[in-house]
Amino acid sequence: MSDDFADLRDLYQETILDHGRNPRHGHRPASFDASAKGDNPMCGDRVQVFVKYAPDGAIAEAGFEARGCAISVASADLMAEVVAGRTPDDTRTLFAAFRELARTGACPDCEDAALERLQPLAGVHEYPSRVKCATLPWHALLAALDGTQEASSE
Amino acid sequence: MMDAMTPHAVLDVAAIREDFPILRQTVRGKKLVFLDSAASAQKPRVVIEAMRNAMETQYANVHRGLHWMSERTTDAYEAARDTVAGLMNADHAEIVFTANSTGAINLVAHSYGRAMMRPGLAVLISGMEHHSNIVPWQMLRDDKGIELRVAPITDAGELDMGAFEALLADGKVGLVAITHMSNVLGTYTPAERVVRIAHAHGAKVLLDGSQAIVHRRVDVRALDCDFYAWTGHKLYGPTGIGVLYGKRELLDAMPPFMGGGEMISSVSYETSTWAEVPHKFEAGTPAILEGIGLKAAIDYLLSIGYEAIAAHEQALTEHALARLSPIEGLRIVGQAQDRGGVVSFTLDGAHAHDVATLLDRQGIAVRAGNHCAEPLMRRFGLDSTARASFGVYTTAEEIDALADTLARVREFFA
Repeated sequence: MSDDFADLRDLYQETILDHGRNPRHGHRPASFDASAKGDNPMCGDRVQVFVKYAPDGAIAEAGFEARGCAISVASADLMAEVVAGRTPDDTRTLFAAFRELARTGACPDCEDAALERLQPLAGVHEYPSRVKCATLPWHALLAALDGTQEASSE
Repeated sequence: MMDAMTPHAVLDVAAIREDFPILRQTVRGKKLVFLDSAASAQKPRVVIEAMRNAMETQYANVHRGLHWMSERTTDAYEAARDTVAGLMNADHAEIVFTANSTGAINLVAHSYGRAMMRPGLAVLISGMEHHSNIVPWQMLRDDKGIELRVAPITDAGELDMGAFEALLADGKVGLVAITHMSNVLGTYTPAERVVRIAHAHGAKVLLDGSQAIVHRRVDVRALDCDFYAWTGHKLYGPTGIGVLYGKRELLDAMPPFMGGGEMISSVSYETSTWAEVPHKFEAGTPAILEGIGLKAAIDYLLSIGYEAIAAHEQALTEHALARLSPIEGLRIVGQAQDRGGVVSFTLDGAHAHDVATLLDRQGIAVRAGNHCAEPLMRRFGLDSTARASFGVYTTAEEIDALADTLARVREFFA
């Protein structure tokens, strides 16, 4: 591995390269209850998120189909992993914390254990044009939870 | 500087680079390798100084003051129009200053389009247009109930001339609006042939020359095009100023686009009369300093000479294709025979954005994304590409740096 990109390891941590290459949840579930697309027209990232609810209204399973960069695919995959079992409200709270993590590199007042799993994405805060790559799948997820069809990155 | 040993005009790139102060910058601790000139070119010192000098010595509004400053500035602004007219082999009155290429195309869509196009007529564009030469025609279509036709391109990224002519055959196409050089594929369209065929079928022709005029001499009389749109900031000039060339008889017949000061002859509450062209199309205080800067950019470009610029562009493009093509997993998008200094590519296993971020870390600036050409991306089954583009200051060594780094980018994502 070349050392030239050593300082990019903060952005492209092994978790991100791994989940970007081999996403575990990167598929359309056989059946789903809600879905929404996220589109970042500036760069061509596209993601569609699928949600299947449990009888109690929590997210039973999330999946996605994405065409995008390593950051956006890895973020979608980690998101699908951590939102399973969460209620929609809980998911919205987690996104608020994750967004702070992506924008600033930390979320000191956040207590959600799932943030540790999302920590590898904190490196995007040093690359302002890439923050939206990490948050796009979340915008799509929240649009699906809200019952709207389209989301765009901020 | 001419090299006496070579038959062709060549650039003294080292001397040219001295003219561009920004090229001395370092980025992220590395020497800047700026390969994004097709998005916007860097500015030579003469442009920076012309604008600063105007502000420091003679600045005032144009076409209204009777005082010394205003007269000087008006002369300088209209001298810029003369320079543009000379560049394109047009008449002074045929040069309308706009904000950019988009402004020029929208002017034609709003003025010529609204006045001359009616249901039953069509606008014909190509499959390799920038959004700025798609969306204004969609808006006109929806407004006027006309048809919008798209001439397909081949897998090599060239205009399909047979299909192009077939789309004109029914005589309903009132206007052909087509790029002179693709900002994604680098393809030069055969503009003279396009104009000849379109005219034979009764259609007027607008050429989007945003990319082409930077690299090749554009003679609107030889092309016989009806409109030619381009922008200053890609031609080493400032942002905020673009050019619309239009044939005099067409501009005379067209209604104004925007109303306001500058563009009127007289105004009463009952009615107003319009100024002569080109002022009829220049409502409001224009981009005065930007016009002065654009003149300096054109003078600079002509001091190098289009022959040398075109030869330099061709040599760099050939070098880039030779260096990039062998990289494993790299695919060049666009294989036109007649192509210019814009090279788009994809890299297996690495998204264009990730490629651009890694290149940036080495000080290499490229563009990544859909390049404001979504339909063209879809034509090739892509969402995005990375794009390297060249200017008069680009060196073969910079292209070597790109190629060497791309090989390592591939390792990073392997």
